[in-house]
Amino acid sequence: MSKTDATNSTSDRGGPRQPLIIAKNLKKHFPIRSGMLNRQTATVHAVDGISFDVKKGETLGIVGESGCGKSTTARLLIGLIELDDGSIIFDGDVLGSDIKLKELRRGVQMVFQDSYASLNPRMTILDSIAFGPKIHDHKDPASVARNLMERVGLDPERFAMRYPHELSGGQRQRVNIARALALSPRLVILDEAVSALDKSVEAQVLNLLSDLREELDLTYVFISHDLNVVRYISDRVLVMYLGEVVEVGPVEAVYKEQAHPYTASLFAAMPSMDPDNRTEEPPLAGDPPNPIDPPTGCRFHTRCRFSESVCSKVKPKLNVIADNPDHLAACHIKDVGSGHSLAAQEAGE
Amino acid sequence: MTVAAEPIITEEVKQKSPGYWAGVMKRFMRDPVAVGCAVIILLLILSAIFAPYLGLNDPYKASMIKRLKPIGFPGFPLGTDEQGRDMLARLIYGGRLTLFVGLTPVVLAFFIGSSLGLIAGYVGGWVNTVIMRTVDIFFAFPSVLLAIAISSALGAGIVNSLVSLTIVFIPPIARVAESATASVRSLDYIDAARATGGNALTIVRVHVIGNVLGPIFVYATSLTSVCMILAAGLSFLGIGVRPPEPEWGLMLNTLRTAIYVNPWIAALPGLMIFITSLCLNLLSDGLRSAMNVKD
Amino acid sequence: MTQTPLVEFENLKVRFKGERTVHAINGLNLSLQPGEMLGLLGESGSGKSVTLKTLLRLLPPKRSELEGSVRVNGTDIMTLSGNALASYRGGDVSMVFQEPALALDPVYTIGDQIAETVMRHKGIGKTAAMDVALDMLTRVRIPSPERRLKNYPHELSGGMRQRAMIALALSCRPKLLLADEPTTALDATVQIQILLLLRELQKEFGMGVIFVTHDIGVAVEVSDKIAIMYAGNLVETGTTRDVIRNPQHPYTKGLLAANLHGVVKGERLDAIPGSPPALEEPPHCCSFAPRCAFAEDRCRSDLPPVTDLGGGHSVSCVLAASTTTA
Repeated sequence: MSKTDATNSTSDRGGPRQPLIIAKNLKKHFPIRSGMLNRQTATVHAVDGISFDVKKGETLGIVGESGCGKSTTARLLIGLIELDDGSIIFDGDVLGSDIKLKELRRGVQMVFQDSYASLNPRMTILDSIAFGPKIHDHKDPASVARNLMERVGLDPERFAMRYPHELSGGQRQRVNIARALALSPRLVILDEAVSALDKSVEAQVLNLLSDLREELDLTYVFISHDLNVVRYISDRVLVMYLGEVVEVGPVEAVYKEQAHPYTASLFAAMPSMDPDNRTEEPPLAGDPPNPIDPPTGCRFHTRCRFSESVCSKVKPKLNVIADNPDHLAACHIKDVGSGHSLAAQEAGE
Repeated sequence: MTVAAEPIITEEVKQKSPGYWAGVMKRFMRDPVAVGCAVIILLLILSAIFAPYLGLNDPYKASMIKRLKPIGFPGFPLGTDEQGRDMLARLIYGGRLTLFVGLTPVVLAFFIGSSLGLIAGYVGGWVNTVIMRTVDIFFAFPSVLLAIAISSALGAGIVNSLVSLTIVFIPPIARVAESATASVRSLDYIDAARATGGNALTIVRVHVIGNVLGPIFVYATSLTSVCMILAAGLSFLGIGVRPPEPEWGLMLNTLRTAIYVNPWIAALPGLMIFITSLCLNLLSDGLRSAMNVKD
Repeated sequence: MTQTPLVEFENLKVRFKGERTVHAINGLNLSLQPGEMLGLLGESGSGKSVTLKTLLRLLPPKRSELEGSVRVNGTDIMTLSGNALASYRGGDVSMVFQEPALALDPVYTIGDQIAETVMRHKGIGKTAAMDVALDMLTRVRIPSPERRLKNYPHELSGGMRQRAMIALALSCRPKLLLADEPTTALDATVQIQILLLLRELQKEFGMGVIFVTHDIGVAVEVSDKIAIMYAGNLVETGTTRDVIRNPQHPYTKGLLAANLHGVVKGERLDAIPGSPPALEEPPHCCSFAPRCAFAEDRCRSDLPPVTDLGGGHSVSCVLAASTTTA
């Protein structure tokens, strides 16, 4: 089958070496208003100056706990919420000056976690998928939708005229994937797209996503809290904590050796799957702090077992780990000149 | 061809899914009370429309010797009023004005209020603040007082009472529309549609209206009974419909002196108002449960 | 097996009537010894939550039809009513829910809620009950418990709320604790804390626990025994070690593979195809047969036999039956 010919999305311009999307110093603070006059009483530091890029054809996994800003990052990338600061560069074009939001959205699409809430309950499956091509004046939106339904494994004859509540969760998520593909995007953001599915169905959808990526040359940003799933699907992984990047690197490097204590804790918190060798000690105590009033310096210092005075005062920079230029972590221990007592030891080894 | 190699075995799904409104209809028909009420309302409306063809007596023709005859008086099945006019004819003809005055303001308020609510709910921000705070001001007054105040400011007459009643019903409808829109607005499918590049107008038209109109419609249906009672009240106070037009509220007013002579006749217009508003309320309840998708 | 089991389901069947009939539980046989921690594992619609609700007698009486028996500590709980039922719920058996934010009453402080339960079930005064509440908060390792007693649920973080919920559930020293996905809504680093806490408290209090979850990793972390449910019945039961190390049922194997623990990147996943049955009719054959790669004719015609593999490990599959007889 030929590639979906819904509409030609922004075609490749920068060549394979230019990242598909570059996020520079993204910032998003949400005001909290209260009282009679709707005065701003506090600020949620949802995303606080994060930078990363996504290379063409790769899958970048983003992991972190609730409140770390991963979903806000997704919504910033597709322009569903406005940036407070920073810039998004899509294949060399700066959003706002070189390309408009509408053009960005043709190149970037998103699949949401809640398969039911992300479909209009009064619309048939066919109409939901065909909506995008239709408003972009495609000549035959219905056939685009039928082709896509077939491609995601839903028989158009049986499902085209159905309503979302008549489908199972896995089937609905296939519909959402088809809808995201209807404009032939180059980047698909999957925001916890398989998290709500049952495990047996999740595996089916992961297989589908891998196949689609290969067939359509897609680039994924895969947001999840499940480290096993991220490891399976991603090339690189980015770890967020309270609106900041704490570690980023090739998936195998990070899974082999976590440079940041927070990343290490996340891995240690995974169930062991070994009845003879169960987890005995929780890696972290307490809940993640509230992003309304994040800690100073390194935001993880309040929960970190290696915390020293420098950690609460100075914000750590992203440092290269183990001479791998792709593997970075923001921890004073990994920064020789930081003044952290363990940093010298690390350097000495 | 297809990407998924494994066949998708699904639970046996019902072949051919009925549309949303077909489902609503099916659930509605299963509710005998609501269906009965719908039939009564339909009969009232039809008899009001076709009143001249029903072979009734002249509702305006008075007779001094046949005043306040009881129910079942020869030639006058429901008796006569204080001027000797045929009650049956007056009640049926009265349905024309009463239903018109009862329904028109709600229909007008439904359009205006829904539009305001949709805009406020979808756009949000200061637009929402301006619209909803204005609506709140109207909310501060009891609806009866507000209707009387506006009506008397504009002067008596049918058109003026229609206007005043419309103004009374815009705020509650706008408020329901706003909260329905705001809750739909926050759902992922609206974000998905925005991400597809749809502009606000398209999204509201395609994705929002269909999902908010149902609850607003049901609410508006329940308001028609209130509206009829208010309209009757205005006529009763002499700032709505004027005599000798037959209208249930006005009839109730003029017959009140007859309550000691022939209480049954005096009660008839009130009974009509009661039946109609009760049926409308039960009908809107039925619609509400029929429109609930997750049964 | 000299002890009376703490919980014993015997051929339990639960049907929901309505526009559509749903056969939620179809002949469940399961028992739990005192002090045992059972992980009840299943996907949505497998009947695991209905099993818990049956135990607490929380099913809507008009819409549900029950068959078979459920005994807790030797008492048939279907016969309970009035005061006996009230003291059974919350006294003998209590429950921890998935969403503590919804299960705790927002208008009372944590201390008041625990104290109120203790006063009702133990008949002691307010001061003594408050002491119990404080003791419970200490036991669930809530930092500065004196202060937390006076907090309202919304003032606590998600993990703290779940700890408070556990304190409330354990305040009357139940013999049986039911936990319905208590960590699903929590973050990974908080989840592991709650799991370890439950494990410790179970030892400390010596109660029986039924822990319902869809996450096989969570079940392994907490339970002594695992029971896997599919389409309203058990497919495999056994000690955690047996089920994880030596899974017999194809569905169990599929679930273990779908956990992706140690999966190789890029390798095609061995996914179970299709989705669970709708249960509009009672099963007349193996419910898993339409999705099973090893299904034979007899799987589609007869109900699978339950095979005891020894050591409490039993499987409901023809394959296991044939290997043991051979």
